[in-house]
Amino acid sequence: MPIFHPGDDPGSSFPELLRRTFGDAPAAARGDLDVPHATTCVALRFHDGVVMAGDRRATSGNLISHRGMEKVVQADKYSGVAIAGAAGPAMEMIKLFQLQLEHYEKVEGTSLSLEGKANQLSTMVRSNLPAAMQGMVVVPIFAGYDLRRQTGRLWTFDVTGGRYEEQEYVATGSGSLHASTVIKVAYRPGQDRESGVRLVCRALWEAADADSATGGPDALRGIYPVVATITAKGWQRLDDSELAGVFESIVDEVRVR
Amino acid sequence: MNMPYYVAPEQVMKDRADYARKGIARGRAMVGLRYDHGIALVAENPSDTLRKLAEIYDRIAFGGVGRYNEFDQLRVAGIRAADLKGFQYSRDDVDARSLANQYSQILGQIFTHEMKPLEVEILVAEVGYEPDGDQMFHILYDGQVHDLHQFSVLGGDADAIDARMKDTYVEGLSMADALRIARAALAGDRHLSATDLEVAVLSRTNGRRCFLRLSEVEVAEMLGENVEDTHTAQQIAAAIEDTVIAQAPEAPPAP
Repeated sequence: MPIFHPGDDPGSSFPELLRRTFGDAPAAARGDLDVPHATTCVALRFHDGVVMAGDRRATSGNLISHRGMEKVVQADKYSGVAIAGAAGPAMEMIKLFQLQLEHYEKVEGTSLSLEGKANQLSTMVRSNLPAAMQGMVVVPIFAGYDLRRQTGRLWTFDVTGGRYEEQEYVATGSGSLHASTVIKVAYRPGQDRESGVRLVCRALWEAADADSATGGPDALRGIYPVVATITAKGWQRLDDSELAGVFESIVDEVRVR
Repeated sequence: MNMPYYVAPEQVMKDRADYARKGIARGRAMVGLRYDHGIALVAENPSDTLRKLAEIYDRIAFGGVGRYNEFDQLRVAGIRAADLKGFQYSRDDVDARSLANQYSQILGQIFTHEMKPLEVEILVAEVGYEPDGDQMFHILYDGQVHDLHQFSVLGGDADAIDARMKDTYVEGLSMADALRIARAALAGDRHLSATDLEVAVLSRTNGRRCFLRLSEVEVAEMLGENVEDTHTAQQIAAAIEDTVIAQAPEAPPAP
């Protein structure tokens, strides 16, 4: 059982505890590895909070390595994280991040503030920098509902751990250019949940249309993007039947065009 | 020439045990008991910030009596051990028995090798997927472990409280009844109100993270202190168990 002396105590930080228990993580693999990459994720603020969405495709070069990957995941009750980049380190980072939030909550008896969580993620992205230099880039989006300020908030990160809060929307991954353009032209501050959900779905649709690494809705296999809202009630993932309806109406719209 | 004092080992151990027991007896007691949907932990604790009951892992809770700084250090060590094990292997591999053994090792080691034993008793409780799987381990200041199947009493005046629990405890209690029995046993001929109690439950019905801390208002309502309130204890218990607390999701699927 890990017991530390007061001067050496890792406090409520789980990564620090890991380092003290098992030593430093092994150095990143060298060379250009052809590992699965996760692609497009978006998030935007709407009236009650934020909505996040991500496609389900992971690619290794030109190969589709996974059709059902979930890159938008719940971090805790009031926040979520979406990740683009090398899938292995990205998923490991998400696992560690979720655990850190829970660990902090248990040790301290209270949750981190939303900004504290964003800061924590920033530290994790920064610690991945050596791996990023080897091509294992991980670029997350962090979004959540700030209970103290009673509003949804969004952050985007760069590979060095740079943390930027956005007021309207963010996008990351290979299809982010197309996705963010779609959101940019149709975004209205304070829009309702329905139009917010529709807009992120449309953004992913256009990204999938123009970017080969982004997967569109797969009605054949019943695979739809992961879409979730985070409001004062917490994280809520939309079920596939609702998404099927949204995408059907998008298809109708595109067909007329 | 000065001769070092010789003290018989029996005497050393006895003195240490007496010292630890005295320290523990000064503190207030707690009770852990099984009810129909899990395990309820009830501690006499007027503070609502310095806590005796805490969450260790998905299905495991911790209760400590005695010196606060000492059992709080053990609480944090338990959370660390559990989170590390769950991270390294799987969430399913974290269990109360192994934690209880580790606590027992630490307490035993400190009892025999340090100047001062820890003046604490702790309870490690795990709620099973089925009622048969519920487990409670009571660990003493010297590392002795007892496993209990119905209820467990820790802290000052434990024998009298234990006797009262034996008289009133039955299998399959509701949450409200479990609370009432525990309060009556802790109180004896005194009166304890909701403000004097700290209550937490490990509930099978609460999703992945079974631990749930009851607020003072909820405890008062469950104990029927608020007579104007129209809620029945059952409704409140159902509402509490339906609340999914700040839940992190299951680990993400492998990419």
